[in-house]
Amino acid sequence: MRYDLDFAAPLAHWPELLVGAATTLGLSVTATVLGFGLGVACALARTGRSAAAARAAGAYVEAIRNTPLLVQIFIIYFGLASVGIKLGVFTAAVMALVVNVGAYTAEIVRAGIESVPRSQLEAAQCLALGRWHVLRHVVLPPAIERVWPALTSQYVLLMLASSITSQISTEELTAIANRVQSDTFRSVETYLIVAAAYLLLSLLMRVLFWGVGSVAFPRRRRLGTPL
Amino acid sequence: MTVLTHQQLLFLLRGFGWTIVLSLLAFAGGGVLGFVLALTRVYAARPLRTLAMLYIKLIQGTPLLILLFLTYFGLPALGLIVDPLVAAAFGLSVYVSAYLGEIWRGSLEAVPRTQEEAALCLALNWRQRLAHVILPQAVKIATPPTVGFMVQIVKNTSLASAIGFVEMVRAGQMINNATFRPFIVFVLIAALYFALCYPLSVWSRRLERQFDVAHR
Repeated sequence: MRYDLDFAAPLAHWPELLVGAATTLGLSVTATVLGFGLGVACALARTGRSAAAARAAGAYVEAIRNTPLLVQIFIIYFGLASVGIKLGVFTAAVMALVVNVGAYTAEIVRAGIESVPRSQLEAAQCLALGRWHVLRHVVLPPAIERVWPALTSQYVLLMLASSITSQISTEELTAIANRVQSDTFRSVETYLIVAAAYLLLSLLMRVLFWGVGSVAFPRRRRLGTPL
Repeated sequence: MTVLTHQQLLFLLRGFGWTIVLSLLAFAGGGVLGFVLALTRVYAARPLRTLAMLYIKLIQGTPLLILLFLTYFGLPALGLIVDPLVAAAFGLSVYVSAYLGEIWRGSLEAVPRTQEEAALCLALNWRQRLAHVILPQAVKIATPPTVGFMVQIVKNTSLASAIGFVEMVRAGQMINNATFRPFIVFVLIAALYFALCYPLSVWSRRLERQFDVAHR
């Protein structure tokens, strides 16, 4: 059987698709910022002094990393609603993505923290720096700089995974694509267009991360070498 | 008061079984394709190598959900009649192949170059070098990340629910539509996934310590 591709019909819906892509980007950037905060906090808890906090953070990381995002989204959106906590679609989507990516961030940042040589900590203690100052100036900057490429890949994956939130009808790119394809009956073409859009978005995420990295890590900006 | 009836629980467990079947199919299909990709990226002529790299970049830059929609709607457009299981297995295999291809390429390249040179000096041909020198060492390097990636495969089969394949999540959705107990149903499903994935995670970490590739 021959099948003639016709991109005109789905492309006529470009304004909606563009709004969808913007929503996907907004969703991803919000989840990235919040998830990064959560992840760093959990990484500090896991490497910190309190055994209870370390165990709690460890349990969180294992629970999230060994269950599918789709199920996490359903628990947060449908599950919480059924016990009286009603969240909007967008809030639920962001929350699920944050909780999910926080666990992966925690593992990556923990690896970064553990790669900081002990002697640096001892040197900082000799300079009578407080715990907060040691973290802020000695541990975290090189730790995060070293794992920045891994974090970049993780957050690009997060952006791609945000397509899963279409399953609770968050109006992002994939959900819009589902609507466009049922309007135009041009499913293959629609999803090819959207796949190309996701490729561009993942490129954009990488550029964003490169930009943030070169602002945040002056050492790399000056020397241009990985740590 | 029972939360789920006997039949509903059985239905969920059947979905659990299909999740395992789909995971195995995706691993087998993606493994074969990924192995070819890895070999192509390391040993093939430059145009082929570039082609394989482009394929991997394309697949890794596209959400799995979109890949599944493309296979689900695209294969029938090509005149093939497919049921959701075939579409899901095919889409997942394509997705898995891109990631396993990259993991295995890295493992092949991690075998010290001198090994290959020594084999060359012994006048072994390409097939012999691969089978007796490179692969036995590369497999050892590749095992921990491959087992780790199996966790991703198992979790990603949940997306097959979106194209109507009745695996565990889809089964859960159907039960939820009848019982209106999403919290319990989906937490139970999460627990079943955890039971499947956590042992794999632990195994992967243990292998990693055992082989300790990074500090050899």
